[in-house]
Amino acid sequence: MTNVVSIENLGVSFATDAGAVKAVDDVTLSVAAGEVLAIVGESGSGKTVTAKTILGLLPETATTSGAVLLSTADGERNVITLSKRDLRAVRGTDVAMVFQEPSTALNPVFTVGWQIAEGLRAHTKISRSAAKKRAIDVLRRVGIPDPEKRVDYYPHQFSGGQKQRVVIAMALVLDAKLIVADEPTTALDVTVQAEILDLLRRCRDEFGAAIVLITHNMGVVADLADRVAVMYQGEVVEQADAHTLFSSPQADYTKALLAAVPHVGQGTVHAAARAEGRTADWSANAPVVVARDLRIQYPGRFGRPGFVAVDGVSFEIRAGEVLGLVGESGSGKTTIGRAIAGLTPVTGGSLEVLGHEMLGIRERSFKPTRSQIGFVFQDPASSFNPLLTIADCVAEPLVIHGRAASPADARARVDELLEAVQLPRAYGDRYPHELSGGQRQRASLARALALEPSLLVADEPTSALDVSVQARVLDLFAELQREFGFAALFISHDLAVVDILADRIAVLYHGRLVEEGTGAEVLGAPQDPYTQRLLASLPVPDPAEQARRRDALHRLRTAD
Amino acid sequence: MTTATLRPVAKPSLWQRLPVVHQLRQSVGVQRGMLVAGLVLMAIFILTAVFAPLLAPFRFNQLRDASGTFGSQQPPSAAHPLGTTVGGYDVLSRVIWGAQTAILVIVVAVLLSIFIGVLLGLVSGYFGGWPDRVLVVVCDAIYAFPSLLLAIVMSIVISGGKSDLAGGILAAAISITVVYIPQYFRVIRAETVRIKAEAYVESAKVLGASSPRIMFRHVLRNATRTLPLIVTLNSSEAILTLAGLGFIGFGIEPSSAAEWGYDLNKSISDVTSGIWWTALFPGVAIVLAVLGITLVGESLNDLADPRLRGRRAVAKASGEVAETSVVPGGTLDGGPGGIRGLEDGESFDEHGIEVRS
Repeated sequence: MTNVVSIENLGVSFATDAGAVKAVDDVTLSVAAGEVLAIVGESGSGKTVTAKTILGLLPETATTSGAVLLSTADGERNVITLSKRDLRAVRGTDVAMVFQEPSTALNPVFTVGWQIAEGLRAHTKISRSAAKKRAIDVLRRVGIPDPEKRVDYYPHQFSGGQKQRVVIAMALVLDAKLIVADEPTTALDVTVQAEILDLLRRCRDEFGAAIVLITHNMGVVADLADRVAVMYQGEVVEQADAHTLFSSPQADYTKALLAAVPHVGQGTVHAAARAEGRTADWSANAPVVVARDLRIQYPGRFGRPGFVAVDGVSFEIRAGEVLGLVGESGSGKTTIGRAIAGLTPVTGGSLEVLGHEMLGIRERSFKPTRSQIGFVFQDPASSFNPLLTIADCVAEPLVIHGRAASPADARARVDELLEAVQLPRAYGDRYPHELSGGQRQRASLARALALEPSLLVADEPTSALDVSVQARVLDLFAELQREFGFAALFISHDLAVVDILADRIAVLYHGRLVEEGTGAEVLGAPQDPYTQRLLASLPVPDPAEQARRRDALHRLRTAD
Repeated sequence: MTTATLRPVAKPSLWQRLPVVHQLRQSVGVQRGMLVAGLVLMAIFILTAVFAPLLAPFRFNQLRDASGTFGSQQPPSAAHPLGTTVGGYDVLSRVIWGAQTAILVIVVAVLLSIFIGVLLGLVSGYFGGWPDRVLVVVCDAIYAFPSLLLAIVMSIVISGGKSDLAGGILAAAISITVVYIPQYFRVIRAETVRIKAEAYVESAKVLGASSPRIMFRHVLRNATRTLPLIVTLNSSEAILTLAGLGFIGFGIEPSSAAEWGYDLNKSISDVTSGIWWTALFPGVAIVLAVLGITLVGESLNDLADPRLRGRRAVAKASGEVAETSVVPGGTLDGGPGGIRGLEDGESFDEHGIEVRS
């Protein structure tokens, strides 16, 4: 079999303000025709840089060594040494790229048909009407319904998944033999992700394209890849076909990576044990949070009705209990979390937090209660004031609520807290940007727990982290919850993550609560069709098992 | 747990983190040339202003010395190296003293507009609502006027057109202030609105921090990173506005301070009669002062943007491999410069524009 691309001893260095940084170190890879090679690794492993080298897309600060041999119509070409003009000819016709964020990869002021035709007209002499015909044809083949009409639509008229289909159509229209897909499903919801993965599989089977799939998600790898290369610190640590890699990983790093991936069903035992440990009258205690027909509407512009984010949701969180809130983007899960913390006003129904009715509450009367609530934000990069040290940030709640006169005064308590979240005391003197994402998220936990709150709201605390870091933060969260005994609302889009921590799981869909119950109930025997589809869409890191699940999902979809 | 040894990341000294010093160390090639040229011009400008009493052979309003009056429109000579003006003043002395006036006006104008503009922008951006709308509309309205016209109106309102040194400088400075407050207001307001949505501000809100505490502890210092840039650009515009005011005749009386624009105005008729020295030297002084400040400002602007900033090319495939977060507890030393050496978006701090190392 011929290789579509072979990378030989590739090394890439970047000039940064702090000197040279090597991103890729002596990488040798090859992709055969009609093959899906997945490059897996965590952030900073050099996987994206490797992929961008194939298209010659590196910025000017990069220096490259080695060779990237791409088989083109005029024989093998070394991408690294190509001139800009030759690169343009190669891009699109021989190798195409699918980007992570479909909404930014499309130009909002042109119709999708125009954008697809643009690629065609750049490489071939083709009339406007013929180009449009080709665009309609390729849109139909990537599964856009009614392509004759929708070819004249603008990108904002498509959903996220459809936009990604259009991006893939742009890659396919010139019959590129190699598609480089950089995290093609990371920005998408799980159910949409499953559809896009199906489409990419069809790209291979029906269009005969080879695919380089860059991802950090082992489930996606198991679903799609024929061969897998695991990258770590700029080097390829292991390369094997998918079945071998998942069944018998050789490198220690691969083993660690696979072990860190959360599985659905991990937490059931744990949750059952905790449920048994509770006394019989526990459920009689007053709940910490009670929502009755909760409705939250964002104000609309110029008299138009606003957007209803949460519609008639009822649930309660009892003392010491972890409620997992699961849903896809736009399901209203973050809105509920923010409403509990008093960041978003409640517009209807009733939401009682620690005895305070949040409907129409005034900030002044709620302020004393704030010391009872901790909040952990999603993005560890922005949840700390970049100008304050970690110790100052963690001391903020203590100073605000008068438990300490100044950050320096609170230092002893801050050191205790940092140790509780397993950060060395010395880290208190560092600035947020000097910590990694996982460390920052632990410091964020320390800040949320500083006042020993009885309720903690965690809004996707691990979704910005790498899997191995996520596993550690989740462990820590579970341990702290045992130790401090706070009630928690744990918000996540990932069922497997919620399953590890939560006593009960609530599933949100379009602002409505579709299912609620213990982990065993919701994940073991889901009743609602949406929950079933959500669960079936979640890829598992095991190719054989994933193939079975894929078939089950297809059955579910056709049954709809 | 995290037992990984920490490689000490050399902490740059305070001196190296100062706004302009940092950028000077960071720059390479043409950008460094521009910055150095600008800094040299600015240094000359400032030194001239500070040591004007020592450098200038005469007072700015001196018309005679021991040997009698200077005489008007005298060509350059040993006694008057740059000649004398139509009013009988020594051109060299007027040019040197003019630097002092210019600096005083810049300092007063920038200080006034920075304090008022930043405070308004912060409060308006943070609280929003109708006061914010009104302020934005007022600022837009001010933008719509030609700045010189506005400055003329202000100077008439404040001083009736002409006055003594303190009054004149204050009038000129306030005229300029009115024009520049909207700029600071807009910049700080935009930053505040952006920062207001950042997680660390929301986190402070969740903790129950009071609004003033959030504004001044969390928002203000993060919102001021582009200020040094606007200050330099505004300073050069302030010189031009001052010269413009003087040129039209709303400046400072020649007997109370030396002012380049005024001298230019008085030399209009000289130009046609072949008397070149009265117009040339004040003009050159304005050009050089503006050029120096603008060069510094533009260089700071380029250096602030990682995409515009030039870097030394690296040798083929050199450098250390950055560690990824798989080490327990995450990466501790991203590269030779620590995690901060990598482009991770967290590249600004209070010392102005883009401070990384």
